[in-house]
Amino acid sequence: MASNPYFSLAVLFVAALGFGLAPLGLAWVWARVFSPAKPNEVKNAIYECGLESRGDAWMQFRSAYYLYAIMFLIFDVEAVFLLPFAVAFTGLSLAACMAMLVFVLMLVEGLVWAWAKGILTWA
Amino acid sequence: MAVEEGLKIELGKQGVFVTTIEELYNWGRRSSIWPMQFGLACCAIEMIATTMARYDLARFGGEVFRPSPRQADLMIISGTVTKKMAPQVVRLYNQMAEPRYVIAMGACAISGGPFKQGYNVLKGIDRYIPVDVHIPGCPPRPEALIQAFMTLQKKIDGQHLTGPDRPRHLDAEAQGEFPVPEQGAHDLEPTSNAGVWPVPIVIR
Repeated sequence: MASNPYFSLAVLFVAALGFGLAPLGLAWVWARVFSPAKPNEVKNAIYECGLESRGDAWMQFRSAYYLYAIMFLIFDVEAVFLLPFAVAFTGLSLAACMAMLVFVLMLVEGLVWAWAKGILTWA
Repeated sequence: MAVEEGLKIELGKQGVFVTTIEELYNWGRRSSIWPMQFGLACCAIEMIATTMARYDLARFGGEVFRPSPRQADLMIISGTVTKKMAPQVVRLYNQMAEPRYVIAMGACAISGGPFKQGYNVLKGIDRYIPVDVHIPGCPPRPEALIQAFMTLQKKIDGQHLTGPDRPRHLDAEAQGEFPVPEQGAHDLEPTSNAGVWPVPIVIR
């Protein structure tokens, strides 16, 4: 057996396996002996805000809400870009101002479209 | 078995350092106590001050405040526990992983403090959960909280891995659940946890 050319390889393989498994086994033994699990209903609760959760998380939301999300995005994106624009306003060239104006108009167009569609009135 | 103290010091002088698993384990536990990030009342402001640069709780390894009870070791009851809040506090304590510790900070957490006669304030959180360290004060100074922290560390250092006096988390038999009180018609039900707080007998 020892004369087999693959013998040293097998020895190395077992050693490598032990090197990997020994720490895992030690951790497992440590956990079993020195930190016994004490599960209970309160501890295993899904949420951890101190209050008991009520009802099911798998509920349906009205699909109409996505429109509000899009509307929010218009103002959100606008605010993000308007702030640096306002800061750098005095040093901007005419072309930059025009570009910004076009951008704002595009967003306003979306708002006007939504308004015309009657999305802003709560159904 | 543990090395004799004298031999340990003698070996240390020669540059040989010996330790025990128990010491190493306790050292690891006491040096990284993660408190839970929650405040109840004015004491919480002092608790926040303790963690900041001036008082710097990080010197003792306790600056990692965790907003989730699953990741926290230490619950600092920082302030008045109203009867409305008590079930939540007990539930959060239940959800912390073992080993877990409790510091009752300030007069209110210990006994209800100035609100003891009030109908809506719990007369001490130790009625429901085991408290390791009490610090009096209204509110206690940050130094007092640090003192409580060091006291807790000393307490952890003195614990044993085995034997009848080992802490609860090492005892597989010991239960980890503490009943969460519920709002009754006039008071919390039950009014205390008999396993943690024996009801004192009033002699008139």
